[in-house]
Amino acid sequence: MGEKIVKYPDSLTEEERHKYEQIANIIDLYRDKEGNLIQILHLAQQVYGYMPIELQRFIAEQLDKSLSEVSGVVTFYSFFSTKPRGKHTLRVCLGTACYVRGGKKLVEHLQKVLNVELGGTTEDRRFTFEVARCIGACGLAPTIMIDDEVYKQVTIQKLDAILAKYAN
Amino acid sequence: MVNLTINGKKISVPEGTTIMEAASKNGIQIPRLCYLPNIHEVGSCRICVVEVEGAKTLQASCIAKVAEGMVVTTNSPRVRKARKILYQLIISDHAKDCLGCARSQSCELQQLGKTLGVESQYFEGKPQKQHLDKSLAITKDSSKCILCRRCVTICNEIQGVGVINPQNRGFATVIEPAAELPLDSVNCSMCGQCTVVCPVNALKETDGIEQVWDALGNKSKRVVVLTAPAVRVAIAEEFGCEAGTVATGKLVSALRALGFDDVFDTNWAADLTIVEEGTEFLGRIKAALKGGKAVLPMITSCSPGWIKYIEHTFPAQLAHLSTCKSPHMMFGALAKSYYAEKINTAPEDIFVVSVMPCTAKKFEINRPEMQNGGLPNVDAVITTRELAAMINEAGIDFMNLEDSEFDAPLGFSTGAADIFGLTGGVMEAALRTVYELVTGRELPFPNLHVSPLIGLDMVKEASFKIENPLEEYKFLDGLEIRVAVTSGLKGAKQLLRQIEEGLSPYHFIEVMGCPGGCITGGGQPRSTDPDVRVKRMKGLLKEDEGKRIRKSHENPFIISLYEEFLGHPNGSKSHELLHTHYTPRGIYNEYLTKTVGV
Ligand code: SF4
Ligand code: SF4
Ligand code: SF4
Ligand code: FES
Repeated sequence: MGEKIVKYPDSLTEEERHKYEQIANIIDLYRDKEGNLIQILHLAQQVYGYMPIELQRFIAEQLDKSLSEVSGVVTFYSFFSTKPRGKHTLRVCLGTACYVRGGKKLVEHLQKVLNVELGGTTEDRRFTFEVARCIGACGLAPTIMIDDEVYKQVTIQKLDAILAKYAN
Repeated sequence: MVNLTINGKKISVPEGTTIMEAASKNGIQIPRLCYLPNIHEVGSCRICVVEVEGAKTLQASCIAKVAEGMVVTTNSPRVRKARKILYQLIISDHAKDCLGCARSQSCELQQLGKTLGVESQYFEGKPQKQHLDKSLAITKDSSKCILCRRCVTICNEIQGVGVINPQNRGFATVIEPAAELPLDSVNCSMCGQCTVVCPVNALKETDGIEQVWDALGNKSKRVVVLTAPAVRVAIAEEFGCEAGTVATGKLVSALRALGFDDVFDTNWAADLTIVEEGTEFLGRIKAALKGGKAVLPMITSCSPGWIKYIEHTFPAQLAHLSTCKSPHMMFGALAKSYYAEKINTAPEDIFVVSVMPCTAKKFEINRPEMQNGGLPNVDAVITTRELAAMINEAGIDFMNLEDSEFDAPLGFSTGAADIFGLTGGVMEAALRTVYELVTGRELPFPNLHVSPLIGLDMVKEASFKIENPLEEYKFLDGLEIRVAVTSGLKGAKQLLRQIEEGLSPYHFIEVMGCPGGCITGGGQPRSTDPDVRVKRMKGLLKEDEGKRIRKSHENPFIISLYEEFLGHPNGSKSHELLHTHYTPRGIYNEYLTKTVGV
C-alpha cells in the first residue's frame, strides 16, 4: 500500500491544525508497531489535551481501524477524557473527615465561584473540578489538591488566595 | 497424540486439541456460554472452567489446550460452585423477564441455568440500563446483553465492519457503536450476523410480524408472499429437523395455511435477475472490447447488506455494481404492475411480503429508490425465524403438513434460481445463461456446476475461454473470462481494495454479504452446529439438481414475461422497474446530504 493520505477535519483553527499535524506524525511513527493504539492515543491526548470524537475519528482513519474500536479504548481507560480538560486539575477530598469538616462547603463555594459542576471544566479551561481520593491527611481536613500540590485545612477565605496563584 | 485423564478416564487426542474438545469427543459435555466453534473462541465468560491437577486456578477449557499427562476434572465441587457463582454474577444485572421475552425456550442463558442446576438468585444487582436501539433492520436491547462478545467478534473479525465494540468499563460496559450512536446512524451493514450468534434477546431482527398479521387481517388487501431460496433449506430446523432438510412443499402449505392469497417464489425473480444481469454484463464487456466506456469488473447487487457496506466503505466504486435490483425487489415491482394487470387489481391493494434469510432486506425495502409509482416494491420483510414464529403462533403443525406447490405464474423457477441462496450460486447461474447465449452451447462443466466456485471458502475464482461463439458474439472469440466470488464482508473488502488499486484481474465478481451466502444469512435459524452451512449448502444443490429446467433463460414464465410485458432484457420497461442506482454514504455518512452521526 502506498502512503496514507492525511485528511484533516474541516474547520480547524490554526492551532488545532497544528496539533493534528503533530498527531499525524505520531501516528506515522507508531503505525507499524504492534499494540500501538493505546500509545498513540496517549500521546495524542498529551498533544491535544483531550480526546474529542473528531480526533478519535481522525486517528481511526489514519490507522484503518473502526471508530467504535478506538472509542472503545478511549472510554475504557479513565486517563482518557472525551471532554476538554482544564490547565489545572482541582480536586476536593470528600472523605468523611474532610466532608464534615468543611469539604462540603468548599465544594459548594467552588461550584459558585468557578461556575462549574463536579467533573466539569471551567469556561476559561483553567480548572477541571474533580473529587480527590482520601490522601490520608484526615487530621488536617479539609484538604484539596491542585495538580500535585496538596493544601490542608483549607477555608473559604484561604481558598480565594490559593486559586489566585493559578490565575495564569 | 497426547495422553491425559479426564474425570478418571484415560484418553488420547491429537496435539493442539482444547480440553473442551477432548472431553466432548469422549462423551463428556462441559457447560459453556460464549464459545462458538470457528467464530468466537476467545474465552470471555469462563463458564467452561475445569480443574487441572497442579494448576492453581481453574482453566477455561474452551481455550486451554491438552498436555501430556494432564489430569482434568470437569465436575468437581469446586468447579460446580465456580460455575454457579459466575452464572449468578452474569444474571445479577440481567433483565430477567423471561415470561415476556422472545428468546424464552431458545435462550442459551436460560438453558445454561438449567444445565448448571441453578435454583435461586444470590446476587441482587441493579438491572443494566435499558437502551433499546431499534434500527430499520436490527434491534438491540442492552438490558438483555450478557457481554459475551460474540457479536463483537463477528462484526469486527469475521465481517470486518467493526460497528459495535465494548464501550466504557466495569458495570458501565455496553456493546455499542462509538459515542453510543444508534445503528441507523452509523455504517452498520444490517447484515444481521450479530443477531444469529447472540445467545440471548439482546440482538435480533426488528419485528416485521405485526405488519404482516395486520395485512393478513385486512380484507381489502391482496396479500402476496414470496420466499427466498435459502428459507426452504433452513425453516425445518425451527421445528426440530436436521440442518439442510429441504422443506419446500411444507413451506408452501404453511404459507397458504397462514392465509396468504398468493404463494409465490423469489426464485422466479432470481431467474429474471439472471437474464437482466447477464445481459448487462455482456453489454459492459462489449462496450469495453469496442473501446467504449464500461466499468469492469461488474459486481452483483442482490445482497443488500453488501450494498450498504460498499456505499459506506467504497463510495467511489459504486459504478462497478450491476444496476439490477435484488430479486425480491424486482418481484415486488412486477407484482404491482405485471401481475396487478393480470388479476385486474389496483397496485395499491396489493401487499407484498418477502420471507427472507436476511435482515438487511428490511432496510432495503425502505430505500427511496425501491419504489415505483409512489408505492414501495415490497411492503414487509420477515425473516425465516419470524416466519417460524408466525407458524407456531397460528397453531400450524408444520411437520405434519402435506407438500404443495407454488402458485403460477410467479412461482415457477429453474435450478439456477435455487443456488442463488449459496455463495457462488449467482455467478454459476449467470454463467450458465451467459455462456449459452454467447456460444449456443451448454456451460462446459460437469453437471453444470462451476466446480471452483462451489464451497465455503472466503474468496474463490474461476476462468474459462470463449471459443467458437455465435456470429453476433464473434468479438468475444478467444476471450478468457475471469470471475471471482466472495461471501462475507471481509472478503468483499479484499476484492474492493484490489479494484481501488487498479489491480483487479476480474470481469465479473459475485459478492454476498454473509459468510457462505444467504444460507447463513442474518435472519436464518440460530445454530451452534459448525456444520450447519455445509448441510444447508447440500440442501440447495439438491434442489437445483432435482429441477427439470436448470437454466434461468429457459424458464417459460420468464420468456412469457418478456413477450407479454417487458419487451426485451435491459429494455426501457426493465430499466424503469427492475434496475436501480446507489447512494454514496461514507463510513461516517459524510456523503449523505443530511448528515447523521459524527
Ligand atoms: S434473554 Fe433469556 S434469560 Fe434473558 S429474559 Fe430472555 S429468555 Fe430470559
Ligand atoms: S448487523 Fe452486521 S454490520 Fe451491523 S452490527 Fe451486526 S454484524 Fe455488525
Ligand atoms: S449483544 Fe448478545 S452477542 Fe453481543 S455481547 Fe451482548 S449478549 Fe453477547
Ligand atoms: S465458554 Fe469458555 S470462556 Fe466462555
